[in-house]
Amino acid sequence: MTKIKHKEIDLAQKSVQYRKRILSCIKNAGAGHTAGSLSCIDILNVLYNRVMNVSPENFDDNNRDRYIQSKGHSVEALYVTLSDQGFFPDADIDTFSQYQSHYVGHPTRKVAGVEHNTGALGHGLSMSVGIALAGKMDNAPYKVYTLLGDGELAEGSNWEALMAAAHYNLDNLVAIVDYNKLQITGPVDNVINIEPLREKFESFGWQVEEVDGHNLDEMEQLFKSAPFQKNKPNMVIAHTMKGKGISFIEGDPKWHHKVPDDEQYEDALAELSQVSQDF
Amino acid sequence: MNTLEQERANQYVFADTLEELAETDSDLIITTSDSRGSGKLVPFAEKFPEQVVEVGIAEQNLVGISAGLASAGKKVFAISPSCFLTARSLEQIKNDVAYSDHPVKLVGISAGVSYGDLGSTHHSIHDLAVLRAINNMTIIVPADNFETREATKFAYHHDKPVFLRFGKKPMYTLHDEEIKFEVGKAITVRDGNDLAFIANGETVYRAMQAAHMLEEEGIEARVVSMHTIKPFDTETVTKAAEECGAIITVEEHMVNGGLGEACSSHLLESGYSVPFKRIGIPDEYTITGPQKDILRHYGISGEGLMATAKDFLKTKASAI
Repeated sequence: MTKIKHKEIDLAQKSVQYRKRILSCIKNAGAGHTAGSLSCIDILNVLYNRVMNVSPENFDDNNRDRYIQSKGHSVEALYVTLSDQGFFPDADIDTFSQYQSHYVGHPTRKVAGVEHNTGALGHGLSMSVGIALAGKMDNAPYKVYTLLGDGELAEGSNWEALMAAAHYNLDNLVAIVDYNKLQITGPVDNVINIEPLREKFESFGWQVEEVDGHNLDEMEQLFKSAPFQKNKPNMVIAHTMKGKGISFIEGDPKWHHKVPDDEQYEDALAELSQVSQDF
Repeated sequence: MNTLEQERANQYVFADTLEELAETDSDLIITTSDSRGSGKLVPFAEKFPEQVVEVGIAEQNLVGISAGLASAGKKVFAISPSCFLTARSLEQIKNDVAYSDHPVKLVGISAGVSYGDLGSTHHSIHDLAVLRAINNMTIIVPADNFETREATKFAYHHDKPVFLRFGKKPMYTLHDEEIKFEVGKAITVRDGNDLAFIANGETVYRAMQAAHMLEEEGIEARVVSMHTIKPFDTETVTKAAEECGAIITVEEHMVNGGLGEACSSHLLESGYSVPFKRIGIPDEYTITGPQKDILRHYGISGEGLMATAKDFLKTKASAI
């Protein structure tokens, strides 16, 4: 198996760089899921830069680690991360949402580095269970990481997949909930309450850990410690803030797929640059 | 040829073929949704327990997991009653299999009105219509055990999504084993130039029965097994229009969106205006009961098709 070597980089600087690129992608296209991408980008940052054994060099190797983004709408975060990993040139992202561009509003395999076409919610976990099962059958060394939205957990298919993962002892599967507690209509617990979440996952036979989904070091340590318990699938509840990093977007449901105007865009970039200077 | 001798249900033939293939390929996996019994796959599961993934009664998960397995290099046959597989998990078929282009072999068992007496929850007369409307899906409806065996082997080797539609009842032998089975190429089971029955699945032998009865009255009917719905063999349809001048399509499926519509749209678009009739399940509250009674009720029997054909030939005569 090709084992990739992660570059020596400052994760915190990367998070700022990625956030800026997410915003410029959305601003340029006049479309996108702003707040959700800002919510999950730190998770992708840690996975791709520190944890997963996947890169353009080993993408054809069946032993590579897999990342399946079940909450497909936060696709800007994925494009920005994959481009930074060298899967495709950064300039490709500027075609986002344009006529005939492969860089559409949900991931497709036409884009290098994407494993499955997601976007219809409640699909990623089942597919991840399938890949993890194949890994067990082959005694393959890879792990499967899948990112779930919190609103998405209302889809019943997730619970079918949760059951199957525990039934087949898939400790090579790591599911991560981007738990920002907001969905398009408003707070998740007002739309349809998913709590008590930890207890639900535990009762389905998963080993559950909770983490601050913006604390890069804690996430790195936690992801690297998987499997949390032998023979049990791994669930990470990552507590996040929708719109994280931009004060006027944070926690405001109307930013689910709102595009910043010129002034908001400049303010957002200035705020991120300030964070960058504080390092 | 055309012995019309009843043999085994094609689900057994499918299971035997899978066992033969699995002997030399540990990557062949079957996924089931508490459906191994209905799929006649208990012997397979006993022989190759490591090559079975049971998901329980969860068809969405069945297809999602199958797509994941296929993406990691497994050759996956996902087996479930067609009524559930193509409705409950249609979004997984559309996105995880067809759109994502993962080569899952979807197997809809007990399709059509095989479960006729169980009521409409268990009828699958929509499956071809919904799958025809999804890009990147080869759809095969075998008419006998030879076609079943060949279609199964094709699906195994094919690196794109496939849907196989099986019934439940023993099938009739329609072909000499020597004939060539080619996906996307219909088989003319019986020659004749007075009219053509274009049928598939378990309706082909009923069309054959009708053709035999019509022969006694001096009418030569062609019978075509249109086993592949996608890609569609338009050439054979064109030939039937040109040489027979009258076409009756027969399908164990609602007339909306099935074989008949595939034929008629092709004919119209290519400028053929021949007398044409679709025989299938009409768009109404479907009656229930044993499969053969439901089919007979809707004119899908040797006698029913013969009567339709005789009436129909009057139309042809007046059209000329």
